[in-house]
Amino acid sequence: MEDILPVIEKSLRDMFGADIISAEMERDFPVFTVKKDRIIDVVKFLYDDPEMQFRFLTDLCGVHFPDNKGHELGVIYHLHNMRRNWRIRLRIFFALNDVSVPTLTTVFSAANWMERETYDFYGITFKGHPNLRRILNVDDLGGFPMLKEYPLEDPTRDDKDDKFFGR
Amino acid sequence: MSQAKNQKGRVVQQNAPETAEKLEEKEYSILNLGPSHPATHGVFQNILKMDGEIIVDSEPTIGYIHRAFEKLAERRPYNQITPITDRLNYCSSPINNMGWHMTVEKLIQVEIPKRVQYMRIVIMELSRIADHLVCNSVIGVDAGALTGFVYVFEEREKIYEIFESICGARLTTNIGRIGGFEREWTDVTWAKLKKFMKEFPAVLKEFEKLLVRNRIFMDRTIGAGPISADRALNYGFTGPNLRAAGVDYDVRVMNPYSSYEEFKFDIPIGTNGDTYDRFMVREHEIWESYSIIQQAIEKIEASTDKAFHANVPDFYLPPKEEVYNNMEALIYHFKIVMGETDVPKGEIYHAVEGGNGELGFYLISDGGRQPYRLHFRRPCFIYYQAYPEMIRGNMLSDAIVTMSSMNVIAGELDA
Repeated sequence: MEDILPVIEKSLRDMFGADIISAEMERDFPVFTVKKDRIIDVVKFLYDDPEMQFRFLTDLCGVHFPDNKGHELGVIYHLHNMRRNWRIRLRIFFALNDVSVPTLTTVFSAANWMERETYDFYGITFKGHPNLRRILNVDDLGGFPMLKEYPLEDPTRDDKDDKFFGR
Repeated sequence: MSQAKNQKGRVVQQNAPETAEKLEEKEYSILNLGPSHPATHGVFQNILKMDGEIIVDSEPTIGYIHRAFEKLAERRPYNQITPITDRLNYCSSPINNMGWHMTVEKLIQVEIPKRVQYMRIVIMELSRIADHLVCNSVIGVDAGALTGFVYVFEEREKIYEIFESICGARLTTNIGRIGGFEREWTDVTWAKLKKFMKEFPAVLKEFEKLLVRNRIFMDRTIGAGPISADRALNYGFTGPNLRAAGVDYDVRVMNPYSSYEEFKFDIPIGTNGDTYDRFMVREHEIWESYSIIQQAIEKIEASTDKAFHANVPDFYLPPKEEVYNNMEALIYHFKIVMGETDVPKGEIYHAVEGGNGELGFYLISDGGRQPYRLHFRRPCFIYYQAYPEMIRGNMLSDAIVTMSSMNVIAGELDA
């Protein structure tokens, strides 16, 4: 496969300059970290630019790194240029008290449920989303279950003691 | 109200802006389709807004069988996540299993012997056939033709018997291991596989004779639930549903895994993206899968290598006789079963062509015994959101066949 990282990085840097925080290869994937407020502009540029043509949203999901103070939460976007078979990953990171992200539904209809899922599990709110409600969990769940501090099992249970097995 | 006729000659309601006010004045009936309607083939609800027989709008509700797989996966060693993937698309669980194994193998960078790759292809294509058979025959059932369903389910049963002879399970298979297969395929497996390959074409031809040029079936399915290529791409469609709309995207060709690049097969595509096209694309894919299996069997038989797993002692369980007689093997066995093997740090996205589209695994590893984050890109979940748009202006009976032709599997939808 041709080396696509420099090509994409150059056109992104020309357009957005310092808003592209980092660009690196992660195994076979070019990965770009973008400033949160510019993410939609970056995606739109990648969508419209005749050289780039990233017209397919493969995946969108949240991540939580409690140890990265000030950048605990993140959203990961996987875009795909089917014409040239380029895949890239975009990511944004932000603090727990600043969870409002611009919505991608204006560009991709597919983002609708993916963003609802991300909201459902991480509490990330997507500004401008047409229907931002919980999608998989019950409406009165309370809390966002994919955050790392959310326990997998009921912590008040005392009938199970398997600390030796790493649970 | 402006009306137009679609290609079936049916009256289709246009949602033109100038008629929007008049539409508001009308009183619609609300119809609750699901959550446990027999025609939804799974637990999901659709609240339809109906103007007589015509669907004006619909509101899907999903999540009835959500089982928190992504959260569970964060507390399980890599070996123990395979059974979770079974329960995603349970009509073709071996593809999910293989996809997960390949993701982990990509992370720990293992070279898989060619023979194992071909064996995997046989398994994956068999399960693709099983998946498509279920989907296609169920379109027939929902259109009122139960006969074909009964015919092909016998063949599906034979495929499940092959899986059973390899791994002991039928539906939720947990087939294979990280690094290869748990044991060599037995003579029984080969006999069953050969028998299936010999008898299957006749049955599939019979099934096609029943439906493909059937006037009633064509009337029911042509023009039902169409979607254009543009909208399908925008909605993130993949797999047979996208190909039915006319885009020749197939992960097996775009990003070959498990040596798919060595195989010769066509990607069938449709033109209108309606139910009939989806049916036909799946039908042709079954033939392509059949030919891939034939090629793979030839390659396996031609290979001199007899390996059925790669050399990854950190992940692949040692044979039992060694575990009982050799201390090293016992240690490895214990480490693997308790999930105490560390993996490299990294961030992986690996996609396979699942039964109904690009099944992706996005895995973040922090070097520990379990994934830091695992996200499944589930094709069903992404394309099912287009359902309201696809059935708008259609009739209720079209909505039923559209849903079955989209192959929405509740397990994958809700993860």
